[in-house]
Amino acid sequence: MDTFAALGSGVMVALQPINLLFAFVGVMLGTAVGVLPGIGPALTVALLLPITFKLDPAGSLIMFAGIYYGGMYGGSTASILLNTPGESSSIVTALEGNKMARAGRGGPALATAAIGSFVAGTIATIGLALIAPTVVDIAISFGPEDYFALMVLAFTTVSAAFGSSVTRGLTSLFLGLSLGLIGIDLQSGQARLSFSVPDLLDGVEVTTLAVALFAIGETLSVVAAGARADEIIEPVKGSVFMNREDWKRSWKPWLRGTFLGFPIGAMPAGGAEIPTFLSYALEKRLCKKPGEFGNGAIEGVAGPEAANNAAAAGVLVPLLTLGLPTSATAAIMLAGFQQYGMNPGPLLFATNPDLVWGLIASLFIANGMLLVLNLPLVGLWVRLLAIPRPWLYGGILVFATLGTLGANPSLVELGMLLIFGLLGYVLRRYDYPIAPVVVGLILGPLSEQQLRRALAISVGDPLVLFQSPVALTLYALSALALFGPLLFYILTGRKAPVGADED
Amino acid sequence: MSDSRPTSTAGPDKGRFVIAFALAILSLVVGWDAWRLSGINTYSAVGPGAFPAIISAGLALLALANAVEAVREGAQERPRDEIGPMAWVLGGLIGQIVLLAFGAGFAIATGWLFAATAKGFGRGPVWGHFLAGAVLCFVIYVVFAKGLQLALPAGPLERLI
Repeated sequence: MDTFAALGSGVMVALQPINLLFAFVGVMLGTAVGVLPGIGPALTVALLLPITFKLDPAGSLIMFAGIYYGGMYGGSTASILLNTPGESSSIVTALEGNKMARAGRGGPALATAAIGSFVAGTIATIGLALIAPTVVDIAISFGPEDYFALMVLAFTTVSAAFGSSVTRGLTSLFLGLSLGLIGIDLQSGQARLSFSVPDLLDGVEVTTLAVALFAIGETLSVVAAGARADEIIEPVKGSVFMNREDWKRSWKPWLRGTFLGFPIGAMPAGGAEIPTFLSYALEKRLCKKPGEFGNGAIEGVAGPEAANNAAAAGVLVPLLTLGLPTSATAAIMLAGFQQYGMNPGPLLFATNPDLVWGLIASLFIANGMLLVLNLPLVGLWVRLLAIPRPWLYGGILVFATLGTLGANPSLVELGMLLIFGLLGYVLRRYDYPIAPVVVGLILGPLSEQQLRRALAISVGDPLVLFQSPVALTLYALSALALFGPLLFYILTGRKAPVGADED
Repeated sequence: MSDSRPTSTAGPDKGRFVIAFALAILSLVVGWDAWRLSGINTYSAVGPGAFPAIISAGLALLALANAVEAVREGAQERPRDEIGPMAWVLGGLIGQIVLLAFGAGFAIATGWLFAATAKGFGRGPVWGHFLAGAVLCFVIYVVFAKGLQLALPAGPLERLI
């Protein structure tokens, strides 16, 4: 019952007029930026993070949550009408959704995506509220060596789940870990890898890296592709409302998608795209008219969209309870907490219960707002899609540099933005995933802290790392994540289906 | 990295070879820094050099793994990238830094960035976009510097208000 009391007081926080306003601004900004082609929720939060750091912590975290959910909604609009998924978890939505839009059924496709996201988001947020206190209770008993093992697990799953090969994923991860070394080591006061550049002593900002990789890198890839990347917007014809048959065909996929998405998202294994692929495959098998799949089957939009949003809420479980980001967006949200001097994790539930529960409660409100706002405003979002690309990308770069300058008005910071932007371009060009770089940068220093704490307690005996049963289990899971695909290959002679990239 | 190679046939993937080489260099740099730090006496069980040493070793292994994959997968055909438009965007970003370094202020420097990016995506004229971008960025400056108290760099235009 404690959970409900805590959630109740959270609702009171979230219902304060100023916080409602923040949630509203968040979902509007999130949807607007999420609709823009090629921009997912990770970049949306990263772009807006520096702009908010003078605001009240609870309010801006509520706003980030709104942006996060809004970005998911916006992303599905872009993939249905434009066939350019803003993030990888919308790739599957684009498969059937864009076909539906081409067949003149864009309205119902958008509607089933929106309502399915609402259903999934609400159920998954309830799941988050119910599960979080239990995970916190368990996590309280974790020692530093267990935390270190947990982070190793996050590293391996993030690198194995993203990208086309484990080598590529690990390469991205280690780039992020190397960047995380830069700056003053807090325990010994020694400067590391800073080459006497004063600006490097504070380390690399997560937002600078994320904005550079996602915004600059993406812009460079698109401009380099030239005419290759031309896009066609499908106009929304006819009614945006679903008919009786659409409803009948949608509600089960919504629920199935939710129950696939939430548990997978909540595991420290991360990635919202795996459940979307699973849901798509499941719906294809269960569909009574399998011939429609590939030509715009509504089940193929309803299920994956629900799975996508449920996984997004699931990702908040490890983030809030363990301080463990398992997606690029979650990594940037963690940076958002850190910018207010807070570290998500079991202690945050004890020290700032109002903030945590207010945030969880605001997720329900953001979800409701999105449902009410999105369908009537679909015309507005479509117009955003029609912004000419020269202006769109010009504007993206203006905001990218604005955010960076706003956080730290230094030209060295802008120079880093440029260099990391080029890095992002090279990574994209050679199919290296982006998300592990961001996760590595933020989790690297945290995992080092836990490692050194564990070794300090044991007075330098490294065996302490392998003595707790929790840690051993986590290492076993990491090994499975890393070598699972190889094992799969040896056993079946086929390549394992590896997830896509980003977010 | 932008030359169009013959279809995936003979020879290793040159691009990924270069990446493997870069990783090896990064591993050396991180490893050298770890070695330097290990010489400093600190009063803790694990010094500041331990974690960098692990990462350096990981980078070295990954350099090897990337090189092996480059050979095994062979040269890949990648679509040709257009240098001209990329040069405009990069010129926009570098130009913005240079203009800011000379004290041109946020509006002028970022106006140039906007114009150069638009040009890279094939929309001119540069002058018109520069003027429109500078006006837009001036408005942004007013909103953000006055409204949200962000310290954006000021130049001659910004000092007028």
